[in-house]
Amino acid sequence: MNRRGFLQFGAVVASTSTLLRPRIALAKEIDAFQATTLDGVFGALSLPIPEISDQIKIEAPKVAENGANVPIRIISSIPGTTEINAIVSGNPKPLAARYRFGTKANAAISSRVKMRKTSDVIAVVKAGDNYFMAKTEVKVTLGGCGG
Amino acid sequence: MSQSTIKMRVKQKKGQIWLRALIKHPMETGLREDKTTGMLVPAHFINHVVVEANDEEVFSADLSTSISENPFLFIQFDGIEGDVVRLTWQDNLGNSDSISKVVGQK
Repeated sequence: MNRRGFLQFGAVVASTSTLLRPRIALAKEIDAFQATTLDGVFGALSLPIPEISDQIKIEAPKVAENGANVPIRIISSIPGTTEINAIVSGNPKPLAARYRFGTKANAAISSRVKMRKTSDVIAVVKAGDNYFMAKTEVKVTLGGCGG
Repeated sequence: MSQSTIKMRVKQKKGQIWLRALIKHPMETGLREDKTTGMLVPAHFINHVVVEANDEEVFSADLSTSISENPFLFIQFDGIEGDVVRLTWQDNLGNSDSISKVVGQK
């Protein structure tokens, strides 16, 4: 093989290796839901701990009487928000949900989560290439895993 | 015709669609013990939801066992009367269901 052929071969190898990246990213997303600690969730999502933002609002009861059904609403007013990740720090698997918003959607979500015990509801927001977070403590008087 | 697992309301408010959905699903965590058999009830939960407006995806969610039984969802997105809104869910056992509504029609 002459030098030109070798260089072209190298270019093909370089470009196909990027095709492998989406599959690796998918494996990490599944791992994030399996993570059993907060650090594990952030690690699996490949995030450093995001900076706290006051442009993320978490509406949740201060005291949840039924941990099986805790209504939460997360609103991000950070421009360019594409993702809201909802985390319940005291749950066996803290990552509760990943919400993705198209350009037409408001970056706001109402949902109901299970909380095993008093802990934080944490919202990690992706806006552009940056990540931000907010958290609020919810006291749980009756744990929510059916046990 | 089988009953849908999804109750969805789409309402037009000032250039936006307000979508409220309630999906009938046990959202079993896999950690609960069946009291009669003493066996763990296997995990059975919705892991993916997609909302489309006029065949364009406006919202999606990856869910876990930390989402409550009979998942509730409320989102808002730009839209007008006549838009066709479809919500689809899938669960970890390969089940799925879908509902479609035209905004402004019953």
